[in-house]
Amino acid sequence: MAYELNGQTIEHDEEGYLTDLGQWTEDLAAILAKDEGIEMTDEHWEVVNFLREYYDEYQIAPAIRVLVKALKKTMGKEKGSNKYLYTLFPYGPAKQACKIAGLPKPTGCI
Amino acid sequence: MSEEAKTPTVDEYLDPLATPCMQPGAMADIHTFPAAPEHQEKLGFPGELPENWEQVAVAKMGELLGKYRGFRVFLDSCVKCGACTDKCHYFMGTADPKNMPVARQDLLRSVYRRYYTFGGKYFPKLVGARDMTKDVLDEWYTYFHQCSQCRRCSVYCPYGIDTAEISMAAREIMDSVGVGQKYCNEILGKVYDIGNNLGLPPKALKMTLEDFEEDLEDETGLEIKMPLDVKGAEILLVTPSADFFAEPHIDGLFGYAKVFHAVGASWTLSSVASEAGNFGMFIGSYETMRNVSMRIRDAALELGVKRIIFGECGHAWRVAYSFLNTLAGPFDFLDPRYPFPQHICEYTWDLIQKGELKFDKSKNDEYRLTFHDSCNVARGASMGSKPGDQFEIPRNILKATCNHYFDMDEDTIKEVTVCCGGGGGILTDDLMDVRVKGASPRMTALGNLRKEKGVTHMAAICAICKSQFTKIMPKYDFEMDSILSVHQMVSNAIILEGAINEDDDDDDDIPGAPDVEAAE
Repeated sequence: MAYELNGQTIEHDEEGYLTDLGQWTEDLAAILAKDEGIEMTDEHWEVVNFLREYYDEYQIAPAIRVLVKALKKTMGKEKGSNKYLYTLFPYGPAKQACKIAGLPKPTGCI
Repeated sequence: MSEEAKTPTVDEYLDPLATPCMQPGAMADIHTFPAAPEHQEKLGFPGELPENWEQVAVAKMGELLGKYRGFRVFLDSCVKCGACTDKCHYFMGTADPKNMPVARQDLLRSVYRRYYTFGGKYFPKLVGARDMTKDVLDEWYTYFHQCSQCRRCSVYCPYGIDTAEISMAAREIMDSVGVGQKYCNEILGKVYDIGNNLGLPPKALKMTLEDFEEDLEDETGLEIKMPLDVKGAEILLVTPSADFFAEPHIDGLFGYAKVFHAVGASWTLSSVASEAGNFGMFIGSYETMRNVSMRIRDAALELGVKRIIFGECGHAWRVAYSFLNTLAGPFDFLDPRYPFPQHICEYTWDLIQKGELKFDKSKNDEYRLTFHDSCNVARGASMGSKPGDQFEIPRNILKATCNHYFDMDEDTIKEVTVCCGGGGGILTDDLMDVRVKGASPRMTALGNLRKEKGVTHMAAICAICKSQFTKIMPKYDFEMDSILSVHQMVSNAIILEGAINEDDDDDDDIPGAPDVEAAE
């Protein structure tokens, strides 16, 4: 189970999440997004970059509520909403955006 | 045309417990992701199938037969009366006859007979005994991961045979030969390493709670605290980590905080015991269950609390209520004047009865509500002081906070409640087919109530139920936010002294408003 990019082999788990998030690059993110049927726009990158920064600081993806609140501050009230997040990532911001950002999938009773 | 014929009319009542026409092998291809060697080894299990695994598995079964008398009695006492056959939500939903409780038990019983009964040792074919082979092991893996250990079947069994115990034993035997499930065992590893199922480190927990305090202040104008690791606090609240992450769980957490605030309670959360859930029970491993439980004891001692209260989590409450004292006790260092363990619903209902909490029920007028009894609370534990209080207390809280409350079909609630379809380690995306089909009895019962009474929402007191319903409700033509936390209703309706009036606030993202979706 691996992605191929520029001759490099990048391992992923059964659901396509990277096993080593250190191997993430923007080029890889574009491939991951394409697999999910998503065309990356500035707004998509805003979310992905926020997730990566948050993960870097806290070693976990943020709760959706925390993500929405942060985006409200940077993108304004209209785009900083749960509904808008779902228009960007139709299968769920945590699931799709985390995958594209190279982060592990959140686990537990969620 | 046939598709159209299947669609029920608006006022048509459907039997939520209808027996399906059997489809042998319908779910035989389901194979939940296996745990990686590192997940297995962290819990003390072999990383992969050892060469002599058959002997190891049979010996493990023998060990369990010696340790757990009930396990042997359950295997010996079935008379094949058939009372359980149509009682499992997975059988009703999938039509696969191996999801009949007796058939599930027989997957293991047949191997038990081969090695541990006279008839099976000498005349295996006569008594339906089977060798422990790889095919049998694979079949176990498939069908013991289509059991949510909800124990509904055991209510109807005249001998009280508990399929959950057999399912737990099967998973323990499989783990002993390196065949574990990724979902449960990876999560248990996170509890060992970080302290909770989510893998939420203390720093992230602290930041999240501060964020929530800000939300609460925006909503109420009050400084409602979510204290963490406060030494000398009176109450330790142990709650599922989903309460820090997912919707509608967070709204329930807000409700607990508001109740504590309203009565000026001294309370704290703990970064050590940052998980109420205990997946050790799902995999049948006493050792793992004990290791997870010890974190609660350690935190209580470290913080010097006088009492421990559990948040809305079904199997946490079963472990707490039924096993905690012998698992991680004695808890003689707590104040004996308070019940131990105590459920947050008991705490809140007690305050309501004493008149210490006031509600504006009209705040919940947008909801026409019902309650889903979670299996581990309904059948694996109790609550309050009278038999059946585990059913009445949550309902009493809902009726105290909401004007429109209705119950679903009596064959699907309380002691005989049908499972959400996601309990017991099934709440994983790779078992989505099982989850969706297993939820069909509950969804049908809820659908009937929607037609009859115009019910819009359902509340629950289990993190797994809440997450399961947010995911599967859309498959049954319900909005994903039709599932609520019981303490979310408390949070919406509670009158706090000095709070600002929410009605004046035009912010569309008020915490507690049902417009935020699950964390997926």
